[in-house]
Amino acid sequence: MPKIKLPVKTPHIDMTPMVDLFALLLTFFMLTTSFRPQEAAIIDTPNSISEKITPDKNVITVLIGKDNKVFLNFDNGTDTSVLIRKEVLKKVADQLNLKFTDKELKTFSTWASFGMPAEKIKAWLNTSDSKDRDKFQIGMPIDSTNNQLNLWIRFIRLQNQNAEVAIKGDANADFKTVKHVMDILQENKVNRFNLTTNLQKEEAKLKE
Amino acid sequence: MAEIIQAEGKKKGGKRKPKKFSTHIDMTPMVDLMCLLITFFMLTTAFSKPKAMEITMPEKNTDKDPKNQPLISADKTINILISGNDKLYYYLGVADPNKPLPQLFKTNYSKDGIRNVLLQRNKIVFKAVADLKEKVIKGELILADSALNNKIKALKKSDIKAPIILIKADDKAKYKNMVDIIDEMAITTIASYAVVDISPTELKMIAAAPK
Repeated sequence: MPKIKLPVKTPHIDMTPMVDLFALLLTFFMLTTSFRPQEAAIIDTPNSISEKITPDKNVITVLIGKDNKVFLNFDNGTDTSVLIRKEVLKKVADQLNLKFTDKELKTFSTWASFGMPAEKIKAWLNTSDSKDRDKFQIGMPIDSTNNQLNLWIRFIRLQNQNAEVAIKGDANADFKTVKHVMDILQENKVNRFNLTTNLQKEEAKLKE
Repeated sequence: MAEIIQAEGKKKGGKRKPKKFSTHIDMTPMVDLMCLLITFFMLTTAFSKPKAMEITMPEKNTDKDPKNQPLISADKTINILISGNDKLYYYLGVADPNKPLPQLFKTNYSKDGIRNVLLQRNKIVFKAVADLKEKVIKGELILADSALNNKIKALKKSDIKAPIILIKADDKAKYKNMVDIIDEMAITTIASYAVVDISPTELKMIAAAPK
């Protein structure tokens, strides 16, 4: 029997609607995206009913990991002519007799959260590999003999008077550490905190 | 890699027809790229902005003299004691080491636990605030958000018998526990509460509490 030869046809699918849809989705995501800032540790925040949105400028964030390590993050403020992070690092370095080059200061002003003794910052800034860099994030010293968090907070507050303070603690962090951080903040006349939480609706009903 | 299928012209004889180009462009690479980009944006997007719970702490009183400490009336005070392993206790009034200690009640973080206790004590304010909110939702009362918040604040202050909550946590407590309790204050519309240090007497009370 002779074989039936099927006509060879390249199957052409009209992809236009699909492309249209993709283009729409892409535009949507590009416009709504606000990038998640990179943080020194993964922090799983507790839930609350609060609907207030954390401000994203002029905010000092103290991060407390689940292993009670403390990290700090602050931004450059709304005034673009002054890089607050740079100025603060300069002041802290002066206080601790450390020296930073202009390049290091500039690098510091673009990075985010950090948690290490100030003596280690230089090495951290000069590490190019991001995996190696994470090894430096060992937590900021907060005990009374070497209270660097206090120093940082004081200089940030001097540099940026409008800064609000947010505490982003892990749900499983010890209350003791959080209380200690709050005490340090209160020493610097910060009495109002924003505790970063996840939104979870709750309703209360009065029992008759 | 746009694929343009070219109709093969016949070479032998006849009129030379203008070459026909099919307008089919291969869109696969474009779709691939878009797929990648969409995935990237979907994964990096932070949809829910982190929320913040505001808390104002009482200013540090460096003066240790008991005469200069702020006084609050004991009969309105509810002390909430937070301990490790999600244990939660409360007692009413003051724990004075020189007097018989008040009874320590064990409770928990559930709806029928501490929330019920607080709601019963804060009935009047809670009802007033709930009524106001309902009116706004039903449209009987039209208020801007800020005006509503001010009204709620005024309502919270109106009840002179409303409880004052002192939140105290020991060293074993977790951060989550504290946030949960402060959150309960918001849920039950309690006007005055404060996070304060735990006293040695209270630590003893927790230690002596039934397991």
